[in-house]
Amino acid sequence: MADLLQTSLHDLHLELGARMVPFAGYDMPVQYPLGVLQEHLHTREKTGLFDVSHMGQVIVRGIDYAAAATALEALIPVDILGLGEDRQRYGVLTNDAGGIIDDLMLANRGDHVFIVVNAACKAADIAHMTAHISDVTVTEITDRALLALQGPGAAAVLASLDPRAATMRFMDVANLDLAGVECWVSRSGYTGEDGYEISVPSTAAVGLARALLDFTDVEPIGLGARNSLRLEGGLCLYGNDIDTTTTPSEACLNWAIQKVRRADGARAGGFPGADTVLSQLKHGADRKRVGLRPTGRAPMRDGVQLFADPDSDHPIGTITSGGFGPTVQAPIAMGYVQTAYAAPGTTVYGDVRGKRLPADIVAMPFTPAKFKR
Amino acid sequence: MKYTEEHEWLRVEGDVVVVGITEHATSQLGDIVFVELPEVGSTVVKDDEIVVIESVKAASDILAPIDGEVIEVNDALSDNPGLANEDAIGDGWFVKIAPSDPSQMDTYMDEAAYNALIA
Repeated sequence: MADLLQTSLHDLHLELGARMVPFAGYDMPVQYPLGVLQEHLHTREKTGLFDVSHMGQVIVRGIDYAAAATALEALIPVDILGLGEDRQRYGVLTNDAGGIIDDLMLANRGDHVFIVVNAACKAADIAHMTAHISDVTVTEITDRALLALQGPGAAAVLASLDPRAATMRFMDVANLDLAGVECWVSRSGYTGEDGYEISVPSTAAVGLARALLDFTDVEPIGLGARNSLRLEGGLCLYGNDIDTTTTPSEACLNWAIQKVRRADGARAGGFPGADTVLSQLKHGADRKRVGLRPTGRAPMRDGVQLFADPDSDHPIGTITSGGFGPTVQAPIAMGYVQTAYAAPGTTVYGDVRGKRLPADIVAMPFTPAKFKR
Repeated sequence: MKYTEEHEWLRVEGDVVVVGITEHATSQLGDIVFVELPEVGSTVVKDDEIVVIESVKAASDILAPIDGEVIEVNDALSDNPGLANEDAIGDGWFVKIAPSDPSQMDTYMDEAAYNALIA
């Protein structure tokens, strides 16, 4: 445990009674005394505060925004150049086979691109960006923490610290003055709820967290509930649902690739694996990421193999994330199946401890998204 | 009451052994969301996996503490798995076993020894 990294909120987590676990090299809170189930429900009904400081914060600078955006478009099949100032969008880094190296959030901050990447991938992402794009600087921000405030009450809470929070729309980015410090705030998150992600100077992180926790309706939420919330929201977990062997089309992330980067677009291709990615965009992929609702009570977790019928010997897919959905009040899962079995309403069979249990393919998200568009 | 190193509690009621898991175990598992119970009438051998518990975090098994026959299971857990969290040593029991060799019970810990184990 000695070599685990700590976020600037580590002592606060212990003070709040968190159970800590190793995650992506960090000692992180998996739950607080409320417990995963109640933390999940609290976030859906009121407001949850998450420490996501383990994630990587990166700034890419060129001579201007366009230079940095253009450089990044050589690695990311997304319209970064056309992203409006103080707007954010989702993207992926691809490899030469069209697989996904990481998924990330990109923001146009006027004269630079601000990127948030997954904790487990951040060192490799930065090395990859640094090695493959020139005339820009790629800098990891190591003196800022990252908090997420999520749930239907998040807007009112944050607006009482800085009223400008209320006027932001989903995927807007702004510098807000929160508890006396300038924070870089986006109206986004990883729960399917309205909310914000807040980049705050490390030295002020505990003060801001305490100021937010002072609101009656705000509870600290651990990684356990973060996972069940994002699964109900139909959102991918890198390393489970997407990785270097899955392409954007297979992962049903076509929506993240804007027209301008597609086959007939003005800046078509020009990123690693473009041949594969653009061909699959046009012709479809052989397998697809789908949502699954096991019809019984038994959860189907990652690694469960899927079959077309109860007696078949040949798997047609695999669960990549699964568990119990506290808001859905039933087991839910996502995974990959051959495209022939991907239509909602199809019944497939998961092999759970040697038993073939039915599960229906369903559309995601499992709970309606509450983004403030 | 006797205890196993697998954090099961065993309560002898006449000729029957009632099996559950301890509060320490339920707090480690977190909220329990699914319980798969064995069939009444099935014969079990010590260390067989007889119950599957799924919590919000992971799946885990309960092993048969003794040889015998399952004579009753707690069907209330199928509809309300959270009973095991709420009342671990009472309404949250899992199975009742009629032991074929009651002397197997002698190998298990008493409460003081179990408390020392989890301390």
